[in-house]
Amino acid sequence: MPRLKSAADLEKLRQEILSRINGKRIISVTNGTDGRTRGSKEVVQALIQEIESQGLKEKVQLRSTGCHGFCETEPAALIFPEEICYVGLKPEDVPEIVSETLSEGKVIERLLYQYPATGQNIAKESEIPFYQPQSRIVLGNNRFVDMESIEDYIALGGYSALAKVLSEMSSEEVIDIVRGSNLRGRGGAGFTAGVKWDTTHNAPGDEKYVIVNADEGDPGAYMDRSLLEGNPHSVLEGLIIGAYAIGSHQGYVYVRQEYPLAVENVSIALKQMREYGLVGENILGSGFDFNITVHRGAGAFVSGESSALMASIEGRVGEPRPKYIRTAVSGIREKPSNLNNVETWANVPLILNKGDDWFSKIGTEGSKGTKIFSLVGKVNNTGLVEVPMGMTLREIIYKIGGGIPGGKKFKAVQTGGPSGGVIPESLLDLHVDFDELSRAGSMMGSGGMIVMDEDTCMVDVAKYFVDFLCFESCGKCIPCREGLYQMRVILNRICQGEGMEVDIELLTVLGEMMRECSLCALGQTASNPVLSSIKYFRDEYEAHIAEKRCPACVCKPLTTYYIDPEKCMACMICLRSCPVEAISGGKGEMHVINQEKCTKCGTCFEMCPDRFSAVVKISGREAPAPLKTPAG
Amino acid sequence: MKHSEQDLSTIDKIIDDYGGNRDALIQMLLGAQAEYRWLSNPVLTRLSKRLAIPLSYIYNVTTFYKHFSLLPKGRHSVSVCLGTACHVRGAARLLDRVTDSLGIGPGQTTPDEKFTLNTVNCLGCCALGPAMVVDETYHSKPSAKELEQIFAACE
Repeated sequence: MPRLKSAADLEKLRQEILSRINGKRIISVTNGTDGRTRGSKEVVQALIQEIESQGLKEKVQLRSTGCHGFCETEPAALIFPEEICYVGLKPEDVPEIVSETLSEGKVIERLLYQYPATGQNIAKESEIPFYQPQSRIVLGNNRFVDMESIEDYIALGGYSALAKVLSEMSSEEVIDIVRGSNLRGRGGAGFTAGVKWDTTHNAPGDEKYVIVNADEGDPGAYMDRSLLEGNPHSVLEGLIIGAYAIGSHQGYVYVRQEYPLAVENVSIALKQMREYGLVGENILGSGFDFNITVHRGAGAFVSGESSALMASIEGRVGEPRPKYIRTAVSGIREKPSNLNNVETWANVPLILNKGDDWFSKIGTEGSKGTKIFSLVGKVNNTGLVEVPMGMTLREIIYKIGGGIPGGKKFKAVQTGGPSGGVIPESLLDLHVDFDELSRAGSMMGSGGMIVMDEDTCMVDVAKYFVDFLCFESCGKCIPCREGLYQMRVILNRICQGEGMEVDIELLTVLGEMMRECSLCALGQTASNPVLSSIKYFRDEYEAHIAEKRCPACVCKPLTTYYIDPEKCMACMICLRSCPVEAISGGKGEMHVINQEKCTKCGTCFEMCPDRFSAVVKISGREAPAPLKTPAG
Repeated sequence: MKHSEQDLSTIDKIIDDYGGNRDALIQMLLGAQAEYRWLSNPVLTRLSKRLAIPLSYIYNVTTFYKHFSLLPKGRHSVSVCLGTACHVRGAARLLDRVTDSLGIGPGQTTPDEKFTLNTVNCLGCCALGPAMVVDETYHSKPSAKELEQIFAACE
């Protein structure tokens, strides 16, 4: 491939690619990390062979794509132009897909998504209730591009924003548009990107850096991974536009090493960009030089903080520093450095192409555009959802997520990861944007949305996050290091039934002190999970402390397992599966748990057939004494 | 492999690949961790000498980041995800099962150096939770029986 030397070259190439795929049927198979867990690699392999053996190579284009969003249904395939969507694919399904759908355009009913509420089969992806309320302007492109193909991205209009910027616009004009769009950082804090860019642009010095933050450390969030895996060029195009606007000639992509496929796909994308002249010297003949280096993180949550991340790029320990002088002015090697999150960068080419007016029409007054959330936990439809800012939590969880599985009751939704908080049912009509979530005591964070049902203990959840942060705190400042440790001690004793009356107040005081006094955002927000759960679920804390009762029967020391003699059918299933042989009884003889031996592993509870549901969890009182063995 | 037996030409090659650039220390350590499965003193000393960085500085870095291991690791790595989504779906029970099955706790290696068990904070496949990854293969909600099969398939 000869280097592209101008915007006209790029357009010419685009037309050429379009004419090559014109009239072809296209099949996009999800083959990201989620898909691969469920055997998508084998499906793709089978498709390659089958398309070849059925002689359709000239008529069909196969795309191995990143996640389309509805992770649950993967491996899934989307067939264009009909937009037929198949879900839960296996290699055995492939010959029929090729002979019926790819060759004839016929729909195979059994492979369609079946809507559980009506039992109806849905053929088109856009009509699936999970996707219907979404506006997938950023993540949606995953389904149109092969993860490893720069040509697919160019065919979609990729790099046209970059070409426009380099050939027609000054750096000030680019910053004005980004500022005008009011794009706010998707990594958590929600700082206005245009203002940050302007600061770095105006900071003195010739050496400046731009960085993609893909250190997605929030447990329960994976939208950045999916974007970077599925459509790396969209992020990198945004980065180059930012570099031009700011006046930087060196960029970094900081990715967690836990995301090997993202690292691989970004590296492939960079190699292609070098060949096409889209990165390196004299990009698109404009005279602008820019290089990008991939830096893998080595596993430290705190390194997602901007100053810590920059220290890590320099090969140092990833600890934050006080930010009296912002990293936008003094970052990597004390040079002005602009850092934005993956999703923020991916929005940039769209804004440049479609204009700031278009972008600022989406969303709410203070938060523009869309946001990608990972909707996970106790919800029927799990996956990545992209919605306009301002959609209510209820719409997201019930309309898109399909509600809570197993007829259970909704309890709370956790947003913002370890820095965020829990939101109770009474606030489900809250419009999700940066400001509303903060007002509720949580935060947007990077977009994790973990749904919890009645079987979730809120004290246990708070303890979970504090445990996590205790381990991840870098230990540099005392409020965070010691505050978390003390919180952990208190939460542990509450969960063990040894809580004291004063503990709730103690947790509140500690939490507020950490918010005021910690060095970086990790410590300042670390108490959010605790404080928000006290605010909304104080009764659960009180039950643990005063009644030694865990209302959700999660905390092991406060829970006992018991076999209801009225329901037990003496089927031997739990008895055989108990790992410590704590269940006595026999065929036709009532089963009884020996509480002395029981380790509370929950196996019997899981194994007891649903139609009996004889094993129950009890908290706050002793298990009833076993009945005398009935005569006969 | 014993300390003395670790082939230092591998680390030399990694250093050369990054042009001996000190800023790339973490990248070199990641490379070494992947090749040797752990970071021995001779390897770190070599890095220290060639990059002219104090050995104490290198230990500071290797002990800060979770991915680095200063102890020998097993041939197969087993990582149980304890991310939030997995947590609410019963990751703790999965970890108990894996612990029982392998006879070691998180951070430990079996005496035959076959398995090392670790916990991770999020594998980023939250729709599949509770999730576990063995070497590079991801497993979704493995049952006790499936666990046995997965471990038996490792050589």
